[in-house]
Amino acid sequence: MKILLLCIPLLALSACQDSAALLNVSYDPTREFFTEYNLYFSDLWEKQHGKRILISQSHGGSGKQARAVIDGIPADVVTLALGYDIDAIAAKGLIRKNWQQQLPYNSAPYTSTIIFVVRKGNPKKIRGWDDLIRKDVEVVIANPLTSGGARWAYLAAWGHAQITRQGDIDAIRQYMKALYANAPILDTSARGAAMSFAERYIGDVLVSWENEALLLLRYHSDELEIVTPPYSILAEPAVAVVDRNVDERGTRSLAEAYLKTLYTEEAQDIAARHYYRPRSQSILKRYAHHFPSLRLFTLDEMFGSWADVHKKHFASDGEFDRIIRELGMQQAKK
Amino acid sequence: MTRQTLPGFHLTLGLSVFYLSFIALLPLLALTFKAGEAGCKALLETLLDPRVLAAFRLSFGLSLLATFFSLTLGLITAWVLVRYDFPGKRWADAVVDLPFALPTAVAGIALTSLYAPQGWFGRYFEMVGIKVAYTPLGIFIALVFISLPFVIRTVQPVIRELPHEIEEAAATLGSRRTQTFIRIILPMLFPSLLIGGLMGFGRALGEYGSVVFIAGNLPFKTEIIPLLIVTKLEQYDYTSAAVLGAAMLLASFLIMLCINFVQQRHATFTFKN
Repeated sequence: MKILLLCIPLLALSACQDSAALLNVSYDPTREFFTEYNLYFSDLWEKQHGKRILISQSHGGSGKQARAVIDGIPADVVTLALGYDIDAIAAKGLIRKNWQQQLPYNSAPYTSTIIFVVRKGNPKKIRGWDDLIRKDVEVVIANPLTSGGARWAYLAAWGHAQITRQGDIDAIRQYMKALYANAPILDTSARGAAMSFAERYIGDVLVSWENEALLLLRYHSDELEIVTPPYSILAEPAVAVVDRNVDERGTRSLAEAYLKTLYTEEAQDIAARHYYRPRSQSILKRYAHHFPSLRLFTLDEMFGSWADVHKKHFASDGEFDRIIRELGMQQAKK
Repeated sequence: MTRQTLPGFHLTLGLSVFYLSFIALLPLLALTFKAGEAGCKALLETLLDPRVLAAFRLSFGLSLLATFFSLTLGLITAWVLVRYDFPGKRWADAVVDLPFALPTAVAGIALTSLYAPQGWFGRYFEMVGIKVAYTPLGIFIALVFISLPFVIRTVQPVIRELPHEIEEAAATLGSRRTQTFIRIILPMLFPSLLIGGLMGFGRALGEYGSVVFIAGNLPFKTEIIPLLIVTKLEQYDYTSAAVLGAAMLLASFLIMLCINFVQQRHATFTFKN
């Protein structure tokens, strides 16, 4: 009897290994994109290998998803908002350290950027980053400590200040403090911030992922419009194979093909239709009406690696903590 | 030895202890150990951080306020539900339990939509210059929402058991109604009120889902401790998160101790009489 009971999980395990299945652990705004891409990829795989595969997807906040992988969700691939989250998994030995060199473009097959959404007609005449620190403007921006998108937004603002203030650290800090002083709330997620702005009418401008903004406009085109600042950050959501899991499950070739196929013209087209900026220049041209050109700086050239960024900006006693603390003290004085 | 009603005492006890350890004790122990990793200095640094202190003040202060409000409102509601008959009473009685079952995030989103500056209620508050959503007042409302049922459900059965004769006797001896209430009824209800209040307070302290949406989450202004724990986790700072978690655990433990103490005293009190 006992032996029989032991056999059941073993059988279940071997059954899992037989049917080719793939789990993609991703972050929130890619839900619709991967639903479509998974259909495309499984059809392609069936055509090439004559075998039907099952792809499951899991979505949530990027950091929360990374922790789930560290804690043992059997993810074959991760497709997250920040390279830093993949670094965190790599630090636990589940992914090889040089994952970013495994695929073209730093393992980021599609990109996005940070732009603004304003009320129809742009009543506050918001054109660029410096308008966000005006006294009469309320800015809706998510909390960079709980939202991946908000980290990109923070870094985009910092990059702007660094360019326009010629690297003068005091002036940059002043800009950042003024920006967060204009925030009436700090939502915990990018989606939450979008809801506060569009559905609860909080604030004059939403600092948002471009792909989220385009999605938002699909539902609120009568009330909102997009403002593209003259420059912003090139946000590179990254992808990686979870090495330890695919080796255990024997799904390496499938997982690698799944990520490589993201770079094909067809997949790039799907990404562009879901408002991600494609890497493919020809596809980008086709969807140029969605993606106005602006000067984009990368994380590498402005900030260095994610580890540096985290230590300098988002760790306890980092720059963001300092901003928040100073704002808190000002509040207390009042 | 008397025969036990439940057969197989040893087996049931064993199972209970086993499951209790796995589901409650071990995770809590793990949390404490993880917090212990921090070491004394880091522990103090985490707890004495001005942002953390502000969040503790907010969490404890508003939970306490909300509890007092729930106590008053809960007592009145329970009294009405027990002593009076009115159309739709069963329905009202069922509504009391809804906050128990509703996913807290759903409650939070609903409350936020209602109390946002353009929401159904929010716009009228806005007219008189009161901001509700994204201020401590909004957090207070969310906390009342989730702590109220605890008070009602602990006080209700006690009110039902109150003998009418006591009130009648008091009246015939010339007591005024307020006197009867303050000198006779309130003392009899006191233990259950205290327990309901403590349970509601504990729940309010740990509440996350319904609060984060309506709070606005501004550090030093509307940031609660549970959100700060989640923030630390998002930064992969497990140890600080565990330290804050353990502090909350200590608070809940003290609350549980109080509840047990009150229950015990109450038990001896009734037996003596």
